Amino acid sequence: MTSPENRFTMKRFWIVILLIAGFSLCGYSQTYVTKNGMIRFYSEAQLEKIEAINRQVNAALMNPTGDIVFKVLVKSFNFEKAMMQEHFNENYMESDKYSEATFVGKITNIKDINFTKEGTYPAFVEGKMTIHGQTQLMKQKGTLEIKNDAVTARAKFNILLADYKVSIPNTVVNKISRSIEITIEVTMTKLTK
Amino acid sequence: MFLLLQLIPLVVSAQDSLLNILKDEKPPVNYAEAAFKATRIVIGQSIENPAQGNMLLLITHHFGALNTGYENLYGLKQATIRIGMEYGLTKRLAFGFGLNTDRNTWDGFLKFKLLRQRSGGKRFPFSLSLFANTAIYTTKWENPDRKNYFISRMSYCFQVLLARKFGSRFSLQITPSMVHKNLVLTSADHNDIYTLGGGGRIKISNRVSINAEYHHVFNGQVRSTNVYDSFSTGVDIETGGHVFQIFLTNSMGENEEGFLANTTGRWNKGDIFLGFNITRIFTIIQPKSYRE
Repeated sequence: MTSPENRFTMKRFWIVILLIAGFSLCGYSQTYVTKNGMIRFYSEAQLEKIEAINRQVNAALMNPTGDIVFKVLVKSFNFEKAMMQEHFNENYMESDKYSEATFVGKITNIKDINFTKEGTYPAFVEGKMTIHGQTQLMKQKGTLEIKNDAVTARAKFNILLADYKVSIPNTVVNKISRSIEITIEVTMTKLTK
Repeated sequence: MFLLLQLIPLVVSAQDSLLNILKDEKPPVNYAEAAFKATRIVIGQSIENPAQGNMLLLITHHFGALNTGYENLYGLKQATIRIGMEYGLTKRLAFGFGLNTDRNTWDGFLKFKLLRQRSGGKRFPFSLSLFANTAIYTTKWENPDRKNYFISRMSYCFQVLLARKFGSRFSLQITPSMVHKNLVLTSADHNDIYTLGGGGRIKISNRVSINAEYHHVFNGQVRSTNVYDSFSTGVDIETGGHVFQIFLTNSMGENEEGFLANTTGRWNKGDIFLGFNITRIFTIIQPKSYRE
């Protein structure tokens, strides 16, 4: 029979073991973060150009695991026309219901990126993007630029509104493109704790 | 084996912990937007202002009464029209003016958002706006023989607009109003007329809502004419840059003074007016957040 104190120390022992094991598994890791990255989207249809920019993009990247995450508040996209912004939030993105859009993924070729040497590296990203409550697997190519201890991730790609169940009413079907071009530029700096 | 099992959550949670790093220390302030699609619930002011830098053209049209029979094509032969313009000076303050074919009335107003409903960081349960207008009718004097003063042409309206958006589909507003007429028909009529009303909307799709609005005029304030409570109901249809509001009302008046203090029609007598508002929005100044 073990006394309660003994059990307690046993528990602590396991925690210590776990922590050691955990750290040794991860090895040295560095996290890069930002809260003011940029995402712009653009679509050009027959009648109307729609463009919006968000400069409050949250992003984090972990080296050497290659884990990368993005998080944006849908309401912080800014439009040329206040009315477009209202319709974007009210009618298309339903931002009260789905307030965030996220991407959670990995840079698959993180081993090829030398974080200690300045330069621009191609980066292959794979993960799950969630917009409007819909999650899609996605694979994209972008770049990582290492400069002055900061990492800038850039990518440009298209998404289909239908993939994220963003519906366009028939009356404005010619005004809105079904495919939206997304440009990402986020500069992340080392997280110091 | 046991150790390895314990390690799995550590590995799996790497991305979650990254997401945790991105968590905001304080949740962002989230203002309730678009409690109503237009700046009118049906015929009266809603809590909404034109966005800053936006100009809004509003055409209000009431046909004649439905009970005027076929000879009058059930009111289609008559029209009262107000053409109005509104502009969002700041996020909170808007002004507007209009011209109404009813006694050639010019009006101007100021509307100020004092409190805004918000969730997230700093919660607040409702929005509150203040509204004030002045209307001046400019047709010939009804009694040209007596001494007439210019200020006799003027009337004012002050309103407190108190609204809450319940979820994304349902909004409710309470509107206490005071109308002041510089000149009334008889000395028994009050110059200040108090009403209590309100309205609401239910969205039946992202672009269509059903709205209703009611204003109760307290008894004994208007003695020389029979005035009744104003009730209006209709649909809002939003397309790209327009909002169409099509409605039925027992108020012929389109200005606050007209429908709050001078509604002479009664629903149960068929004094029902078909009407519509068309709102067109123009962006005059692009938002700063976009231009940068």
